[in-house]
Amino acid sequence: MAAPENGAAQFNATGEAVAKGTLVLEMPEVPRERIEAIIQCYPPERRYALAVMQDMQHSFDYLPRTALELLAEYMSFPLAQLYSMATSYKALSLKPKGRHIIKVCDGTACHIKASLNIIDELDRLLGIRPGDVTPDGQFSLETVNCLGSCALAPVVLIDGTHYGKVTLEKLSGILESYKPGGECDG
Amino acid sequence: MAENTRKLLVCCDTGCLANNARAVADALEAALAAAGLDVAVERGSAELKRTGCIGQCSHGPIVKVHPDDICYYRVKPKHAEKIVASLGGEPYQPLLYRDFDGEPKLREADNPFYAHQKKIALRHVGLIDPLSLDDYLEAGGYEALKKALTMEPQDIINEIKASGLRGRGGAGFLTGNKWQAAASYPAQPKYVVCNGDEGDPGAFMDRSLLEGDPHSVIEGLIIAALAVGAEQGYLYIRDEYELALPVVATALKQAEAAGYLGSSIQGSGRKLHLEIVRGGGAFVCGESSALMASIEGRVGEPRSKYIRSVERGLWDKPTVLNNVETLANVPFILSYGSGEFAKIGTAGSKGTKVFSLVGKVKRSGLVEVPMGITLRSLIFDIGGGIADRRSFKAIQTGGPSGGCLPESLLDLEVDFESLTDHHTMVGSGGMIVMDDRSCMVEVAHYYVDFLCGESCGKCTPCREGLRHMREILENICKGQGKASDLEELEDLAFALQEASLCGLGKTAANPVLSTLRYFPEEYEAHIKERRCPAGVCKPLTLMQIDQEACTSCRACLKACPLGSVKETPAASPDQKATYHIDPALCTACGSCREACRFEAVVAVRREATCA
Repeated sequence: MAAPENGAAQFNATGEAVAKGTLVLEMPEVPRERIEAIIQCYPPERRYALAVMQDMQHSFDYLPRTALELLAEYMSFPLAQLYSMATSYKALSLKPKGRHIIKVCDGTACHIKASLNIIDELDRLLGIRPGDVTPDGQFSLETVNCLGSCALAPVVLIDGTHYGKVTLEKLSGILESYKPGGECDG
Repeated sequence: MAENTRKLLVCCDTGCLANNARAVADALEAALAAAGLDVAVERGSAELKRTGCIGQCSHGPIVKVHPDDICYYRVKPKHAEKIVASLGGEPYQPLLYRDFDGEPKLREADNPFYAHQKKIALRHVGLIDPLSLDDYLEAGGYEALKKALTMEPQDIINEIKASGLRGRGGAGFLTGNKWQAAASYPAQPKYVVCNGDEGDPGAFMDRSLLEGDPHSVIEGLIIAALAVGAEQGYLYIRDEYELALPVVATALKQAEAAGYLGSSIQGSGRKLHLEIVRGGGAFVCGESSALMASIEGRVGEPRSKYIRSVERGLWDKPTVLNNVETLANVPFILSYGSGEFAKIGTAGSKGTKVFSLVGKVKRSGLVEVPMGITLRSLIFDIGGGIADRRSFKAIQTGGPSGGCLPESLLDLEVDFESLTDHHTMVGSGGMIVMDDRSCMVEVAHYYVDFLCGESCGKCTPCREGLRHMREILENICKGQGKASDLEELEDLAFALQEASLCGLGKTAANPVLSTLRYFPEEYEAHIKERRCPAGVCKPLTLMQIDQEACTSCRACLKACPLGSVKETPAASPDQKATYHIDPALCTACGSCREACRFEAVVAVRREATCA
């Protein structure tokens, strides 16, 4: 965590000013070679920009600024347009995510089986709303529109593991296994 | 393969995988190996096949035994030995499907969930191993393509036209006409695109098709390319479909290696190259022009369609865009003839449609039914009626751009026209059943909120109109609605329908219009009485325990995450403990009401209790 010690204005990972005293997640360093290795898999054509960014997202869990700059240069393509894509497509994120990514399905079938209560309960248990990361970087919370497992609603997906027919009662037990030292916190 | 080979089909589709199907398959494999020679000698050998979706996802993981035609539900790894031991002998009773009469149902066809279905698009799903080209060929795969190669492009188009096939992705445009239009433009090159950007919350038929039978979608796309004269094509698939993507990629490689794709399809000299493009997770990219923008490497924004994409689509060239399910129907039509397809369905909507029947029904999953089936038959014959002894309130069809239909319309025959006439649509085929504990105002708010987030912001009616609608609905749900709100919602809906640029905006008012029309009393209860009849809108609701009905079972106490259910111990041994809910702690999440088996937890108006 960056310690907010001096009186200067404080900025978060994406360069937005934040209130003094806020914990700011550090951007995980991504070596230039790893970024270039991904970019080099594709020809320098505009139509591959989304695919490159998706691969980066999969590898780094977010899109570092340097990565977008290198991609813009490689594709001879304005950085602003990559930024516009990165903020428009839901699969892409400019912010680093937590160690474990909790996705709560809020598709219609899950919604009418009270997925919003799951989000409220996670807020109560972890103190984060969708889009946020816990201060210790352990969890990030997202909602997704549909995981296509509607017959098992409500569904929560943590790091690729599906939990179907989730109740508020089961939820804290599931979370416990992802906390530091838990069986799923590998 | 020997004739007496017995097959164990294990559904390894996303729904069943979430229920631990992989472990079940592994356990069965181990049990088969352990049983070894005995089984092979006495009862013929058995092999295990991992298949796509068998349909009834609510009862997964599902294991089928062929050729005995036995179907096991909710299988756990610990059952593997029992199942293997029963092969060729008495079926293992505890895992058979039991309907409400309690009688075990041996065969899939005896299960009422399947009895009313008619499978065309899903004809192979759940029967073949999606990763095996041999399986597909054995089931008659690529025969339609071979036939198409002997036909003139115009004859292929005529056959599709004669079948009356309409697009399964939403708008229901006649597929044959689309191909005809694209074929008629001289510009080159031309493109074919498969739309697998299934973004509708509550629908998963395209995912199941891509995961369970990728080759029939690919075969359909190749036939489309032959018909319109395209040599390059794309399959646009949601990036979230982590299972479908590698399955389709493998299938493409197999098809290429076997000469069904590439520089000379089956030595005909016709060429076609297909590529997968991963979607970026934007609902609007299901719209044709936005999807094409996304393939070109731009932000997925629609354009106004003075010129249709069949004339100028991808890179301004003639482009045919067909939905996954539409394409899966194409090989069937060519193989069996357009008449075979057109004899099913209604006057204007031919063939079958895959629906994902989910929500508060007893049996849920993927179903394929003839067009023209009634909603009642879908919900009660196939779905088995409403779950948890609740009563039916509404069925929502067509995804976020569709609407909610009430009980009085249960006998409506489902086809493209009938649903559009009632402020909803077939859309991609989501069917979400809602019971008396779903609030229709909140449902309308949910869809408008969803669409608000997915609106690309390019045109004003959609961008601003949806935001304004959301604000009004939010206020109504909070008990701050005004009498004038309903009229304002109607006005905004009209503006959206008339002035939006693309289909997303034009249909975005459907959830509001249909609920306003069929459930006006719910809006009025929220606005005039500050009450949510379904007990869903939290600011208006409190849970209470009906002491008469309460049996002191403590289910509510255990279910409440906030400890707001308070216990008063029994005064004497012959009395029961009593329970009440502390209104200061209760957030009206409804967990206690869901947990109660005796209707003892009731939703009441919040203000009334606090006062």
